[in-house]
Amino acid sequence: MVERPARLPALPASVIGADGVTLSPAPDGARFVFRGPEGAAQAADEAWGTPLSRVACRATMAMGRAALWLGPDEWLLLAPGEEPETVAAQLAARLPGIGHALVDVSHRQTALILSGVLAETVLAGGNPLDLDIGAFPVGMCTRTLLGKSEIVLWRTGRETFHIEVWRSFAPYVCEFLREHMREFGG
Amino acid sequence: MLLIPCPYCGERPELEFRYGGQAHIARPENPAALSEEDWAGFLYMRDNEKGVHAERWRHVHGCARFFNVVRDTTTDRILGSYKAGETRPETLR
Repeated sequence: MVERPARLPALPASVIGADGVTLSPAPDGARFVFRGPEGAAQAADEAWGTPLSRVACRATMAMGRAALWLGPDEWLLLAPGEEPETVAAQLAARLPGIGHALVDVSHRQTALILSGVLAETVLAGGNPLDLDIGAFPVGMCTRTLLGKSEIVLWRTGRETFHIEVWRSFAPYVCEFLREHMREFGG
Repeated sequence: MLLIPCPYCGERPELEFRYGGQAHIARPENPAALSEEDWAGFLYMRDNEKGVHAERWRHVHGCARFFNVVRDTTTDRILGSYKAGETRPETLR
């Protein structure tokens, strides 16, 4: 049997703290990009456990799993703490004969959690979106840019953001945010 | 920074987009039947409009979809946008 190489974390497990804002790595798990027409999305609603949002830029969550709207036929599925192979097999078994694409991106991406009263301010150091709670409410998610890197930004709480980033960009994003946390004592 | 109205995501900063050239240029059904001049016209010749221009944009760092924008090239003012594959609305002429 082929021995699988150990999966090393992209980031050190340490937490970066400043006055009013904290940056920490998010727990690892299974991640998928799901694409398909409405019929496949309906089947996936059942199979995934949380209905996939049909409203643009919104995420849904249930039983620890999340589905983030990325495009009109594209969702990012997150299952923290679960094994990618097991989840993929379960999903595939419940979508038989329905045209769709389910791509395992568990090893491509990693995630950071930025939280605190100054989280918005720190993000605004490198993101052009209006992050005010009125314009970017809790549950909103979108692909966007942070500095020179593409990220998926998801507001999970009033003062908490989940940042999905490609593994090789993670040290850059982490240092970029740390740089912007310096003025608050980070 | 320009705010570009993505038909899926709403108004977003220009940084998230890529320009995709003039809109509504259909690829000829049978390229082999075309003269070299006509083929070169399809490939290279564009309107270079001074004024209101329909063009393709892609929300590459967002929903990643292509769509059409009508923009005034003299002022950079964006009159509106609509999804790829749709005909240009009368209000955006």
